[in-house]
Amino acid sequence: MNALNIKGLTKVYKGGTRALNGINLEVKQGDFFALLGPNGAGKSTTIGIISSLVNKTSGTADIFEYSLDAQPVEAKSCIGLVPQEFNFNQFETLTQIVVNQAGYYGVPRNVAKERAEKYLKQLDLWEKRNQPARNLSGGMKRRLMIARALMHEPRMLILDEPTAGVDIEIRRSMWTFLKEINEQGITIILTTHYLEEAEMLCRNIAIIDKGVIVQNTSMKSLLATLNIETFILDLAGEHQSIALSGFEYRLLDPHTLEVDVAKEESLNNVFEQLSSQKIEVLSMRNKSNRLEELFVRLVESGREELANKEKTQKELANG
Amino acid sequence: MGNRTMIALQTLWIKECTRFLRIWIQTLVPPAITMSLYFVIFGNLIGSRIGQMGGFSYMEFIVPGLIMMAVITNSYSNVSSSFYSAKFQHNIEELLVAPIPNWVIIAGFVGGGVARAILIGIIVTCVSMLFVDITLHSIPIIIITLLLTSILFATAGLINAIFAKSFDDISVVPTFVLTPLTYLGGVFYSLTLLPEFWQWVSKINPIVYMVNGFRYGFLGVSDVNYMHSLGLLVVFNVVLLGFAYSLINRGVGIRS
Repeated sequence: MNALNIKGLTKVYKGGTRALNGINLEVKQGDFFALLGPNGAGKSTTIGIISSLVNKTSGTADIFEYSLDAQPVEAKSCIGLVPQEFNFNQFETLTQIVVNQAGYYGVPRNVAKERAEKYLKQLDLWEKRNQPARNLSGGMKRRLMIARALMHEPRMLILDEPTAGVDIEIRRSMWTFLKEINEQGITIILTTHYLEEAEMLCRNIAIIDKGVIVQNTSMKSLLATLNIETFILDLAGEHQSIALSGFEYRLLDPHTLEVDVAKEESLNNVFEQLSSQKIEVLSMRNKSNRLEELFVRLVESGREELANKEKTQKELANG
Repeated sequence: MGNRTMIALQTLWIKECTRFLRIWIQTLVPPAITMSLYFVIFGNLIGSRIGQMGGFSYMEFIVPGLIMMAVITNSYSNVSSSFYSAKFQHNIEELLVAPIPNWVIIAGFVGGGVARAILIGIIVTCVSMLFVDITLHSIPIIIITLLLTSILFATAGLINAIFAKSFDDISVVPTFVLTPLTYLGGVFYSLTLLPEFWQWVSKINPIVYMVNGFRYGFLGVSDVNYMHSLGLLVVFNVVLLGFAYSLINRGVGIRS
């Protein structure tokens, strides 16, 4: 069964901005799904429509077996939302925020209090439970929003940049927590600008740009399409010129070499050539995250395609 | 009504009541102080020179109007500020993502405004008892008028907050509409003191009916027929609640 089934979803805001252009998207039950795209691509609008914060212009969205139009109460009950912005009352205590949220979903107060203890403890917020939310650090506020979204025990959790502005230690602990709840059966849809986060957590991925899905596949097969990886080598001593046959390379400064290595080529070949020139390599690293490279390429090629299409249409219109 | 809906309504109502009780220095104390000043200045100092009005001492005459004034102001400002703050801080989204029927959102916020209005009504009544012995002509009429008026102005506050785009927008209506209408609504005088033309003009002011309906409940005297007051309150409530429901249903001011 699909946890999310979107068909022909379109959103045109007042003033004519077309945020979504008839997108189709399926997310399988139990999946950990990444919805990626540059700023203004349509991610938050998609999430807004699914979670009833944005009115759609046309199209349909089904949450599990429920239609968002025909059975909104059932559909909404399945979703837990962690929005991008902090949207809780800063003057309420943590307990009030999470217990009230459970109440809005019809969870009795005594059950809500038990769940508040469970989730606030799991997210390491229990000690702060009686403090107003405004006293929390940024990372704690992010975790509070996750706890709040889980209070009605949803079948699907939507996380809109949940780790933005969070330090690496807390981010890693959040990843562990999210992996755990996904293993327990909760479907997770994640948007993030940290692409290593998506690569590490998600099994399937859709990339959206200018309101159009430009890629929708499994993370594995997407990464398999990456033909070239770029490595940065830190060299001992100073070098004004280097010769590497069979590779694209750039000497960034006298100590740093950047080399593009195709999938079928061996890194040993690079080292052998450097060694023969008596160049010692001190250390080596990837230029960027693999998914990041793919993301940039896909978005750029999607934009080129769109520009070409528009150009052709203009030419046809001008006769 | 399902149990889940009932829990959601109860949660929202408790949240709203907790909000105004948490900031009691801003919400409960000022009306008590303001009304005490009214009683001292208009009731004791000036009132003693005015003599009788409508067959009662001036102090007795103004008590129902002053209570009603506090009820109107507080029911309105409670909902307008609470709902607008929820919009401003985006925590209205907590309600919009939840499976709550739209009427529950209205009932929760309006219910909070009514609770504050009743509490303020009780406080002001207690304050007035320090200055004058209160007469109760009809408790049911007092309760009905109090409830209908507070629901009406709480709903009006909600509508104001739905359209508001800044904090200025929620202070414009109370300052430029509500306060003048209340002061000209027969709180401090009987309409019979006015020339005929201004009596007629005053009767266009809906607050005249609320103040006089409430006064009728306390003193058994009124410048207008109580049934007219009741009828008008019911009609205004139906119209404003219907309008608020239609706005929330369409997501005006709260959904993109």
